[in-house]
Amino acid sequence: MAGHRTWVFENRPVIVGTATVVGPEEGNGPLANDFDIIHGDKMLGQKSWEKAEHMLLEEAVKLALENAGITKEQVNYYVGGDLLNQITSSSLTARTLSVPYIGVFGACSTSMESLALAAFLVNAGGAKHVLSATSSHNSTAEKQFRYPTEYGSQKPPTAQYTVTGAGAAVVASSGNGPVITSATIGRVVDMGITDPFNMGAAMAPAAVDTIQAHLRDLNRQPSDYDMIVTGDLATVGYQIALELFRKHNVPIEDTHYDDCGLMVYDLKKQPVQAGGSGCACSATVTYGHLLKRMARGELNRLLVVATGALLSPLTYQQGESIPCIAHAVCIENGGTGA
Amino acid sequence: MTYVWAFVVGGLICVVGQILLDVCKMTPGAAMSTLVVCGAILDGLKLYEPLIEFAGAGATVPITSFGNALVHGALAELQRDGWIGIVTGIFEVTSAGISSAIIFSFLAALFVKPKG
Repeated sequence: MAGHRTWVFENRPVIVGTATVVGPEEGNGPLANDFDIIHGDKMLGQKSWEKAEHMLLEEAVKLALENAGITKEQVNYYVGGDLLNQITSSSLTARTLSVPYIGVFGACSTSMESLALAAFLVNAGGAKHVLSATSSHNSTAEKQFRYPTEYGSQKPPTAQYTVTGAGAAVVASSGNGPVITSATIGRVVDMGITDPFNMGAAMAPAAVDTIQAHLRDLNRQPSDYDMIVTGDLATVGYQIALELFRKHNVPIEDTHYDDCGLMVYDLKKQPVQAGGSGCACSATVTYGHLLKRMARGELNRLLVVATGALLSPLTYQQGESIPCIAHAVCIENGGTGA
Repeated sequence: MTYVWAFVVGGLICVVGQILLDVCKMTPGAAMSTLVVCGAILDGLKLYEPLIEFAGAGATVPITSFGNALVHGALAELQRDGWIGIVTGIFEVTSAGISSAIIFSFLAALFVKPKG
């Protein structure tokens, strides 16, 4: 524990294996070569999009275990969540795995929320292998949070395109791979935005709040990181975050600051409005693209700040604004100082 | 000239719809219902019929025309059959539109799947 809300993992839990599975739009994006499996069909041959999302997650989980070189019997806990009602995709995957399961919900921040919890469990000696996984599907998310796509309603340019995909990581007490050195748990920040077509703007203040808390708790500067990425702020939210950093005198320009929602698609060529979003946005970009860059030695210390808009059909019906959160996990190359 | 006015009037009704969506932040369903209600009120004030005469399809194609037709049918049967006409007349003029919406959606659902 450091400062108010940052865990420092002195036992350095290791990410021993990851897997990413994505859909067709992500497969057409600039990071296509970094994903393990790309599906050309959004339905994955299933009868519904919900079933397709479940398949994405199961595939990612199975492949992550394979890549980590362990069997499911060796998994002590599975920590995960997704965007569907009562985290359905995760619970169905946990049914298949039949390992002890901790279901979590942090909307799109679930990727880092579950990774932070996995690292905490392993670091504290509560487990040897913990599986952290999350998924999202464009068509199921549109149905859950906005309008079913077949309804054909217009989308404003501030809207984001939910990533179809799943990302999984196995965190272990020892082994080869990048290590998780600290994590900062976010608090809910709500600036009163009610528009589910402008979630980047709603989430940006939460991301900035968590990044500032992380730097303050560890007494670090942005320059201590090779890269800081936010989960899914996309064009609108990214600009707001930059402005907030400037206002709060955080020298974010000293590091490379990017956003997974801007990295996963080619915004000029693909019909994704402001950029990507969803649990799978930060999960697939981190586990697919960023960890590969770390392995190549291009990055040594990375801070992933997954952002989540905690809205639901219920918050919308109650006329509530969108509560937002962000969780940060610091990943470093094995062998470098914590 | 008829075509020009149809284009201008129909376009203006759509502009109102777009403003309801973008400025008033209405949901598509609420914007659509608002336009239907506006059409109904305009017909109640005997203003929609002159608009149709003036702009033709510019006034009959947008959804406001549906509100107009609901009230129109009700008022026509009210005069013919008395009060019961309000109930029987509402769907008199609009039944073709409603029935074809149901039939064609059913046929579409039989043969195609939403792509997401």
